[in-house]
Amino acid sequence: MTIKYKSIKEIKKMISNKEISNVEIVNEVFKNITENEHLNAFITLNEEDSIKKALYLDNNPSDLALSGIPVAQKDLFCTKGLRTTCGSNILNNFIPPYSATVIENLESAGCISVGKTNMDEFAMGSSNETSFFGNVQNPWGENLVPGGSSGGSAAVVAAGIVPAASGTDTGGSIRQPASLCGITGLKPTYGRISRWGMIAFASSLDQAGPMARSAEDCAIILNEMCSHDEKDTTSLNENIPNFQKHLNESLKGKKIGIVKDLDLSSLDNEVVKVYEESLNEFTSLGAELVDITLPNLSLSVPTYYVIAPAECSSNLSRFDGVKFGRRSENPKNLEELYVQTRSEGFGDEVKRRILIGSYVLSAGYYDAYYKKAQQVRRLIKNDFDSAFTKVDVIMTPTTRGTAFEMGSKGSDPIQMYLEDLFTISANLAGLPAMSLPNGNIDNKPLGLQIIGNFLDESSILNFAHMYQNVTNWHMHTPDGLRK
Amino acid sequence: MSWETVIGLEIHVQLSTKSKLFSGGSTEFGAESNTHVDLIDMGLPGVLPVANREAFYKAIRFGLAIGAEINQTSTFDRKNYFYPDLPKGYQITQMTKPIVEKGSIKIVIDNEEKVINITRAHLEEDAGKSIHDLFEGETGVDLNRAGTPLLEIVSEPEISSAKEAVAYFKAIRQLVTFLDICDGNMAEGSMRCDVNVSIKKTNESELGTRAELKNINSFKFIEKAINYEIDRQIRVLENGESVVQETRLYDSEKNETRSMRSKEEANDYRYFPCPDLLPVVISDDELKEIISNLPELPEEKEKKYISEIGLEESEAKIISSSKTMANMFEQASSKTNDAKLVARWLVGDVSALLNKENIEIDESNLSAENFGKLIERISDNTISGKIAKSVLEEIWENGSDVDEIIESKGLVQIQDESLLEEIANKIIKSNPEQVLAYKGGKDKLFGFFVGQVMKETQGKANPKSVNKILKKLLS
Repeated sequence: MTIKYKSIKEIKKMISNKEISNVEIVNEVFKNITENEHLNAFITLNEEDSIKKALYLDNNPSDLALSGIPVAQKDLFCTKGLRTTCGSNILNNFIPPYSATVIENLESAGCISVGKTNMDEFAMGSSNETSFFGNVQNPWGENLVPGGSSGGSAAVVAAGIVPAASGTDTGGSIRQPASLCGITGLKPTYGRISRWGMIAFASSLDQAGPMARSAEDCAIILNEMCSHDEKDTTSLNENIPNFQKHLNESLKGKKIGIVKDLDLSSLDNEVVKVYEESLNEFTSLGAELVDITLPNLSLSVPTYYVIAPAECSSNLSRFDGVKFGRRSENPKNLEELYVQTRSEGFGDEVKRRILIGSYVLSAGYYDAYYKKAQQVRRLIKNDFDSAFTKVDVIMTPTTRGTAFEMGSKGSDPIQMYLEDLFTISANLAGLPAMSLPNGNIDNKPLGLQIIGNFLDESSILNFAHMYQNVTNWHMHTPDGLRK
Repeated sequence: MSWETVIGLEIHVQLSTKSKLFSGGSTEFGAESNTHVDLIDMGLPGVLPVANREAFYKAIRFGLAIGAEINQTSTFDRKNYFYPDLPKGYQITQMTKPIVEKGSIKIVIDNEEKVINITRAHLEEDAGKSIHDLFEGETGVDLNRAGTPLLEIVSEPEISSAKEAVAYFKAIRQLVTFLDICDGNMAEGSMRCDVNVSIKKTNESELGTRAELKNINSFKFIEKAINYEIDRQIRVLENGESVVQETRLYDSEKNETRSMRSKEEANDYRYFPCPDLLPVVISDDELKEIISNLPELPEEKEKKYISEIGLEESEAKIISSSKTMANMFEQASSKTNDAKLVARWLVGDVSALLNKENIEIDESNLSAENFGKLIERISDNTISGKIAKSVLEEIWENGSDVDEIIESKGLVQIQDESLLEEIANKIIKSNPEQVLAYKGGKDKLFGFFVGQVMKETQGKANPKSVNKILKKLLS
């Protein structure tokens, strides 16, 4: 028996039917991790604890929602007693004394955290090439990037090592790698999931979410990730629905917003074709396409690249070599301690964003950049608000194309930033959004983005699940179509 | 040429909340280094601040007491700079929308009142402490203080002398202790201040370039530092040079200010709204609750003491000037029928003892109950005022009960007039020369006879009776 490419429901059934034990599952996961070492998808493994927990579950079977489900955790979540690096040299030796709320929620639902996945340094990147621990390889091709920043999480799910992983999404960091690796990933509404214990990149945009093989599995994981957390004042004190409840609702008469301002002409014909075919699939399910406009959408990327670096420049100030993490050796004085520690500890992309952020917040530039960007952000949000008076969800391609080659965009940060064109606006507006596989070009997967209204993850999951009921793009694996 | 001084003060008041501004860490002073530090105070990766409402309530009490506007919605910003005792690399403060704006406070200078306007009072977190003298060639960091709530009170530049600055600081201290929002303990750093000083020619409307004097924590040093700085700036200007905008440090040992950093070297703090904290909204109900629990303030108390109890203005001023004095007065008065006598003793003998030891009344052995009883024993003639002084001194030493002291030392006043007359006759007989001189017109000698009787009775004679009897016998 194997759990490779199996859904959470299937694995739970295998466990309860005693077709496979929890320990056998963990052993399989670690065997697959070893066999897939070339993917470089994990930074730190949690083998001993995983076996311990599996043994415990074998002796004490439970019906918790995620009992015995192996989950890979993005190395951005603090895990008590388990090294947490955020993909950075500066936290190379950091062992947190506490766990993130998301981790606690998932683990108390019975999941087994098998290890910490590789990622772009401090979640800054769209290709996983900025990790101090080396880039992750996309299981779909030797030289392909998995996307970023949750590239390790996407790769381990795509390779069938685990059925699900946690990710975080500040500008597309769940959806873009989900698209490039052919899996399903959801960024919930900002505030749905507590940020306590998530190492902050851009606090007003960061949001954790599930990455899995299907919308249904995302719903199952999301149910456990969400909680109102008094330790995070931006955590929403809203009713948390059962996200599986509306999965099978008919799409008849439901409305899909198609963004007229989105210029698809720069995309490859094949990419556009994949996108349009999936829209056709939805109309044959009874949904209706409605034109909407998001007039300020084109301002998303510049707006994002002011706000996110500004917040990051401040959030990353605590990494100064004084209290935790890496400290440079033998500094002559305080300034040298700071300069050397941060010069050695941070990679180029992180430094670039700290510089941009410090610049846009500096006296004399604040109004022109940061304040203006916040105003535009409000306009973008207003655009979405008025669009959602007419439609249930909005659809766009998730990415401009399929996975690109490593190194192909490294020298031009602007090109890399444009990778986030379709995903960024949902973060700026705080809206939930998902990427799900909707096609394949040259045996490389591609994703469709579904953006939902504020707090309406259920509609996204409903559309995605109904689509996955009638298509099999989510069943495609690097090993071929799953039976 | 004549010069005018323009001074503005930024006073940092440490609010007496149990826990810190953004964490559950304890604010207790004097604990072992780095023991009152939780995950948030340490600024660990992934932690988030949660605002302490109690700090808001205390800030609002201050705002109401200075007649200020209360922003029921206020926000937090980040002030970014690097320092080892600043764990996050930024301080969370209220830059754009402070909780309190536009108030004022009265000060008294040479018996004249002056109103000083207060621009704003905002909440912010304190930093930790860098310890430079404990480790050879290294600096230690103690984060116990990191995250402690501060109320920064910013005055308008309306203070015109070192003396006024001290009076203003004292007025603020009096107010915050009355409001029970700060312990006012200067030695423990519960109140510290930065002073902006500039000089301009008299009658010139434009302000001069200012220097900021950092982190001064005693009344004495405020006065000395400002006076030094005024002299320095006048010297600079009279030499035809100009004052540089800079931050200066006051060295209390050398009594001088030294340049710390100039405007060019000053940090660009890159303020921006703190994305981790939503605006804090104080409801109307919360505000009402705070208003209804506001204590009586010094000015009201002073008026009440004069009009209702009939104290002298000078007495009422002294007693209402500090919370501990006013508490002692009100509690002791409730134990006796003679509140005026309580006031006289409080302003007189008790204040003298306090001044001698330089302590506050709540730090002494004198309890309000015991003090009230002491006054009661004077007014019911159990003991004389003179005996009462020695009783007070004994209480001061060991806190013993008034009645026990009176009884164990046999201090009860002699009321028996026949006994006193016997003693008086004895004194008159054994001092014939003085009697002759007194009768010959040396009136002052009357005191001599009183003194002799008191001496004979070890001070226990009722002075009124002694006077009466001696007058009769010597006439």
